[in-house]
Amino acid sequence: MADSPVSHIRRLRSESVEPPNAGGLAPDQHTLDLEPLTPGKSEPNGKGFSRRSFLSGLGAAGVLAGAAPLAAAAPSVAAVLDEADGSATGATLVLRVNGQDYTLRGLDPRATLLDTLRERIHLTGTKKGCDHGQCGACTVHVNGRRVNSCLSFAVMHAGDEITTIEGLGQPGNLHAMQAAFVEHDGYQCGYCTSGQIMSAVALLKEPIGPTDEDVKHAMAGNICRCGAYANIVAAVKQVRAQA
Amino acid sequence: MQTFQFSKADTIDRAVAQGGVGKFIAGGTTLVDLMKLDVEQPKALVDINALPLAKIEALPDGGLRVGAMVRNSDLAWHPEVQKSYAVLSEAILSGASPQLRNMASTGGNLLQRTRCAYFREPTAGTPGGYACNKRTPGTGCAALDGHNRTHAVLGVSAHCIATHPSDMCVAMAALEAVIHVEGPKGKRTIAFADFHKLPGDTPQIENALEPGELVTYVDLPKLPVGTKSAYLKLRDRASYEFALASAAVAAKVEGGHIRFIRVAMGGVGTKPWRSHEAEAALMGKAVDAANFRRAAEAALAGAKPRTENAFKVELARRCVVRALKMATA
Repeated sequence: MADSPVSHIRRLRSESVEPPNAGGLAPDQHTLDLEPLTPGKSEPNGKGFSRRSFLSGLGAAGVLAGAAPLAAAAPSVAAVLDEADGSATGATLVLRVNGQDYTLRGLDPRATLLDTLRERIHLTGTKKGCDHGQCGACTVHVNGRRVNSCLSFAVMHAGDEITTIEGLGQPGNLHAMQAAFVEHDGYQCGYCTSGQIMSAVALLKEPIGPTDEDVKHAMAGNICRCGAYANIVAAVKQVRAQA
Repeated sequence: MQTFQFSKADTIDRAVAQGGVGKFIAGGTTLVDLMKLDVEQPKALVDINALPLAKIEALPDGGLRVGAMVRNSDLAWHPEVQKSYAVLSEAILSGASPQLRNMASTGGNLLQRTRCAYFREPTAGTPGGYACNKRTPGTGCAALDGHNRTHAVLGVSAHCIATHPSDMCVAMAALEAVIHVEGPKGKRTIAFADFHKLPGDTPQIENALEPGELVTYVDLPKLPVGTKSAYLKLRDRASYEFALASAAVAAKVEGGHIRFIRVAMGGVGTKPWRSHEAEAALMGKAVDAANFRRAAEAALAGAKPRTENAFKVELARRCVVRALKMATA
């Protein structure tokens, strides 16, 4: 390819809908600035107007009314946060994520590692898909091994070294696997992508065979609704060949 | 999800002392899933991930001792397991996903619960959830005349036809593993065949563990020198799916005749299904297709299919025949 992954990603982004003020984002807003930005909207602090902040601003009632069964199955972490203020009931936990310690007070023991990463630590690169260990969107590394963060309680991870997609690489400093996914178009909607990449990076250290079939089996725990599988296999093969 | 008291145990003694009122949690791959569905509602969880039970050690008689906290990936990829107990490595690697195998423990896999959709739906269907004697004893069994394509044909009762989902357990049944447990009344061992219980009229009782007992080790006895083993799993898609039928075989062939044979089946039984009938039909016999077919027919002779799962009877027979070919090739 002619350009580096970084210039490639910049070129791809410049060809997509991008608001005129996106270039003014602070350089450390690495994850958020990859989300689609609403043209002409910018918060006073200069933070981009993301899909996430838009959905949060819609009002919880409207969103939750349409998602009642989900809300019942997974207690709202926001509510737990409120309870935690001035309450001594929950656990206090230090979670080590991407080399940084996060002290979490009043943590509900029911909070999964996934919900804690997303809703308490605000690392939203890790996605919630099925929430039952069947889709792989929530894949993170715990002590270097890939796991489904939806099937583990956060309180079980004191002292563990947790790595999320944010800890793998950033724009300008992509992990080789992230760059390969960009180069080979290993995604469409992108929702499963962080889980796919976390799995793909973990399998580099696993004793799996050399064939495409082996790669497919090793990636079987990550479902892609868009069907980008052929490109995902190509990306994984490229990085395995480099290793 | 119902809330629970959470504690951790770093020694077996402490785990046993804390274990009485709640459940032990290791990988969590079954338990957390079922807690989210409100099928499991433990009052307390004791985290046993720090217990010193994560080793695989050689036994003096040539067998292998597997700690209850050894993760499925580590067990499947252990060089001695791959060399001497290939059937176990293959069975584990055919199950779940890499992420789940990294989490799931040996002890936890023994206690894996059924994927019966009626068992997993406590709030859907009729008021109070679908009838399920395993989840809510006395309510009946919605699977008997419901969607039972994936259900068991062996070891079934009028109260439950739920399939045992584990692949690992099928291999361990064939290997005649021995389970070590420790509880308030001390230590004991349980033969693999006695660990899982048939549903009978108490499908809610799935295993021989007493309240508060903790699985500590699983011993794999040494196989006769020259034994080969294999696991074959048939399912709706090529990976990341539960078995419709599977077979674990360990066989030793001398002079074209079978001198040692173990056969177990998965996907068709209410528990990991050791087939003494198939073994009796094979012992001392010549390695040929007709004998394999006779053994497979003996293995399924007691099958009791329901409305949607009769196909499993012939599928399981062919699975046994193919696995016998693999292990005796």
